[in-house]
Amino acid sequence: MSRRSRIGLFAATAPIFAALVFWGLAGLPDFGHYNHPYGKLLSRAAPVDRHTSNVVSATTFDYRGFDTLGEEFILFASAMGVALLLRDVRDVESRRPYDRVEDDAVQLLGILMVPVTVLLGLWLAAYGYITPGGGFQGGVVLAGGLVLLWAAGRYRAYRAASPIPLVELAEGVGAGGYVVVGLAALVSGAPFLQNLFGPGHFGTLLSGGSIPFLNWAAAIEVAAANVLLYNEVFEEYALSLRSRR
Amino acid sequence: MIPLQALLLLLMGFVGTTVVLARDPLRQAIVNSVYGLIGVLLFVVFQAPDVALSELVVGTVAMPLVLLVAILKVRRK
Repeated sequence: MSRRSRIGLFAATAPIFAALVFWGLAGLPDFGHYNHPYGKLLSRAAPVDRHTSNVVSATTFDYRGFDTLGEEFILFASAMGVALLLRDVRDVESRRPYDRVEDDAVQLLGILMVPVTVLLGLWLAAYGYITPGGGFQGGVVLAGGLVLLWAAGRYRAYRAASPIPLVELAEGVGAGGYVVVGLAALVSGAPFLQNLFGPGHFGTLLSGGSIPFLNWAAAIEVAAANVLLYNEVFEEYALSLRSRR
Repeated sequence: MIPLQALLLLLMGFVGTTVVLARDPLRQAIVNSVYGLIGVLLFVVFQAPDVALSELVVGTVAMPLVLLVAILKVRRK
């Protein structure tokens, strides 16, 4: 398609899409005037029933815990898919490339940021049901800390910090742990993923009943899945370094 | 709606357009992460900190990384 006809197509269809979007936006409730019974009910129930101050986490790990189970396995399956696809076309693991970062500033900044990022990840995961955050966000930030280790230091340091068998084990434990918490409820005679324990004290780490367990299971699973994904991605990059030489 | 929200909505539209107009995939991946960052700010001013954190980690860490290596792999062939 030529540039002119592309622009023509855009000019013809853009106003229609714009009109549709603005029509949809006009139908939304005004900002600050949320009026949906489900959300209102949850915001009122979560702090009283579960003693969690972050209603979003109470929703994802308790009231809609089953949906989160599905989401977790989507991530699990896609990380596995990428690993299967890329490992199949790659040769057996051979020599690691030597790609030490030469720039002192990059190295220093990176090394300073690694502990901060890891701490932030742990904090986001641990306090996910009290303040904004949660297992998912904390898990990705933790994986990001490992990526920084690679960016600031060496590929070898990154690999040493994330041995693949351990990461694969963690991914399985995280995904399986979530199901185990759900099954524990079944064993005790309650419905699957029913919140089992007492609500604890509002605004402390010991609140929310089963929520902390599900939260940490998700954090471990998400962190491991991301590290696994990045591993495959870096392995591809390492290959390109070797073939360039 | 406060002016900051209106400004960020406009900025979102502007940066979104630049993502589409960037024809080089490598540049597009970088501009796309800027787009993700504007999204983070948008979620913050609309008082959705949980979504902002998700957008932050996915839009500016996970997606550019995977995209960059995918582009590298395609170019090598």
